[in-house]
Amino acid sequence: MAHTDDIALMAHLMRRAGFGAGRDELEARVAKGYDATVEELLNPEAQPPVDHYTLLRHQPSALLPGGVPPMGNVNYMYYLVTTQRPLEEKMALFWHHVFATGNSKVDNYDQLLEQIDLFRHHGMGNYRALLLKLAKNPSMIFWLDNNQNHGTEVNENWGRELLELFSLGAGNYTEIDVREASRAFTGWSFETKLPRLPYGRFPWKFQYRPEDHDEGEKTFLGHQGNLNGEDIINIVVDQPACAKFICRHLYNFFVADEPQVPAWNLEPPRDPAAIDLLTKTFRENKCAMKPVLRTLFKSDFFKNARYKHLKSPAEVVVGTLRQMGGYEIAKPGYGELSMQPGYMGQDLLNPPSVEGWHTGQEWINSGSLMARINFVAEQVGNTSAPGVQAIIKRLQAMGVLQPEQMVDTCLDLLGPIVVNRDTKKELVDQVKEWGEIRWDTDADALLAAKRTGELLQLIVATREYQFA
Amino acid sequence: MATQKEPVLVVVQLTGGNDYLNTVVPYNNPLYRDNRKAVSIGDNQILRLDGEYGVPSFLGPLKKFWDQDKLAIMHGVGYLDSPRSHFRSMDIWHTCEPDKVGTEGWLGRVIRQIDPNKENVITAVSFGPCLFRALSMPGVPVACVAGPLETYGFLPGIQEKTQRQAVLDRFQRMYKPIPGSGVMEYMATTGLDSLKGADILKVAPGKYQSDIKYPDTPIARKLKGIAQVHFADLGTRVFYCDHGSFDTHAGQNPIHASLWTALNRGLEAFMADLRAHNKADNVIVLIFSEFGRRVRDNGSGTDHGAAGVTFVLGEKVKGGHYGNMPSLEAGKLVQGDLNPNQDFRGIYSTILDKWLHMDPVPIVNGAYEQLGFLN
Repeated sequence: MAHTDDIALMAHLMRRAGFGAGRDELEARVAKGYDATVEELLNPEAQPPVDHYTLLRHQPSALLPGGVPPMGNVNYMYYLVTTQRPLEEKMALFWHHVFATGNSKVDNYDQLLEQIDLFRHHGMGNYRALLLKLAKNPSMIFWLDNNQNHGTEVNENWGRELLELFSLGAGNYTEIDVREASRAFTGWSFETKLPRLPYGRFPWKFQYRPEDHDEGEKTFLGHQGNLNGEDIINIVVDQPACAKFICRHLYNFFVADEPQVPAWNLEPPRDPAAIDLLTKTFRENKCAMKPVLRTLFKSDFFKNARYKHLKSPAEVVVGTLRQMGGYEIAKPGYGELSMQPGYMGQDLLNPPSVEGWHTGQEWINSGSLMARINFVAEQVGNTSAPGVQAIIKRLQAMGVLQPEQMVDTCLDLLGPIVVNRDTKKELVDQVKEWGEIRWDTDADALLAAKRTGELLQLIVATREYQFA
Repeated sequence: MATQKEPVLVVVQLTGGNDYLNTVVPYNNPLYRDNRKAVSIGDNQILRLDGEYGVPSFLGPLKKFWDQDKLAIMHGVGYLDSPRSHFRSMDIWHTCEPDKVGTEGWLGRVIRQIDPNKENVITAVSFGPCLFRALSMPGVPVACVAGPLETYGFLPGIQEKTQRQAVLDRFQRMYKPIPGSGVMEYMATTGLDSLKGADILKVAPGKYQSDIKYPDTPIARKLKGIAQVHFADLGTRVFYCDHGSFDTHAGQNPIHASLWTALNRGLEAFMADLRAHNKADNVIVLIFSEFGRRVRDNGSGTDHGAAGVTFVLGEKVKGGHYGNMPSLEAGKLVQGDLNPNQDFRGIYSTILDKWLHMDPVPIVNGAYEQLGFLN
């Protein structure tokens, strides 16, 4: 019998390091232990990868989704919902937040999904190596116009965003550095693309064009020489500002909501000691991500950060679908499900700009709050869903339930979720209107199941439910 | 409760940094073509406004408003020391805070001023999936219509009247604001206001009757939604929407043309709709972007710049040029960009003072010289 807080702590870990877990999974993981679970999460290769062929059997168009939704979204959603490597998938989403690349310009979901795959395979490896791979990623090159960055006509888009958004953060370089970095990356392009007609899209491939490269002397962050792109990356990742920036991103994504990124050179972190610890680990391990993540998940500041993160639309949708169950096969209707995060303000694979999405409290506005509540309520109100049936069976095993017991148990099994006193009173009052929950006869059980669905809908409509 | 006579502001945000020089073209200035071997607009594609400036042919509809004296063109608009970053620059336009990160939008302050007691939760309606910072203000509700206006509301699955009422009542009680609780309080207010707003807004599409056909583009759909709410006389005073992306670092000309064509056709239908319903007199449309773009092109497009162009359109607008285009001479540029000579807060101040009849100084954080487009 697991200790109550072990379950709550494990639920917290799984919500943050993954997309949540139902009660059965939580109990199994608690039996293994917290630290052992962290190691399992950090060792995704030990779990089977997502079954790509089952996806294609049901949604063949997900193979080459093209430029228009929803098949790219279907492909990505399938991975998010079915993965047995939750942290690997969550880290890929993390990098997608930071290295935001959008279909509105790339017009090619095939390529964007390759970029996400890059983040899956290398997102928990070494940051320096990842940044170098990113610089050679054709989607990123196209997105930030580095294919238009010529020795004779320098295009600063990639050079600027590399420094401002992907590594150092604003305030840690000058306009001259932007220019020099851009010069260093001239020639980092891709092979001439094959025309789309008549055979459709072909893969893009990185190509270095030496004739297009500016071979002149460059001065970047105090370093001088005929610097090329790789030199820029090496100089950048050695800056203390880089470690701080990336670790603050990790804190914001996994621990607790920070202010928006543009404020970071003006507003200090809410927990400077936590950032310092992560930064130290990052630098000591020469940009290796796993030690940093291990430190993060085992820290007290993480364990004490329950509900300090407002769920992103991806977490709302994916968390709900995983808990409800029944979405392991990409059946008809998967397309509409895959569009849901977009309606809530997070169009996956299509962030509004290279600056990515505004997170935390800014996910909430009158439109998105409505979309979030409406979606989750519809899911949990379906009493035949496996996830809801699992809750109903546990309730039924308890026999007659008084209103307060019913509310407490549903809050526990859905989360565990903690609500404030007034919210709790409303929920209990609702159940009091129905009376005791009993399962004696078939008619009783049917009614009790219906009431369970209704109570779950009310719970997911609470404010507290918006947090992870 | 506002009547249809109260002044209404529609804001169209051009996201990404609209290229000033290819929108209002100094076609007689040799420096224009010298600096833009790749992206300059050909003489035969330009509709002349006068001896100095023209607009590309895809701005045809706006040119018609210009000919009617209803379009004001503000030149050289920006602010000192632009960081040339989308996020930061847009934030500055939204919050009027260039030196620190503001969280209060100028329009949020406007709404608070118009409706301090929150008597009308749809005083501001925004068409778009997320709350624009310009409208953001703690305690100020904004109806954010993400999808079609017809389906805006909570728990649409519960339609049976008594059950729906019971659930929404319970929802309302659960969302009791706890002052000082930060995000929780924010969510309480948001939830309750959305509930109320949805109830009010749902009548607008049903009441709408019009012969005007809008194009089938996202921007035109948003403008049509704005028209529907405006015609329903629900007291909405501020409308907001966005269009883009204007961040044309590469392949600029076709993208720029396509974006402006969609906007122009949308505005054409919108203004025709307003005029046909005799509801145009109390509306002005502000069209802005967070910065202009570099004078010299990069071979295929343009990079981030500084000074840009802003438009205001409306029946009561005094059309014409306001201010002067900054010099394109190399020595007069700032980091390769047009040097702003007109602060955007002056435009806001003019609208605040002359149109919305409120003191601009506390809203834009200072006193800025106003322009004459609303005299």
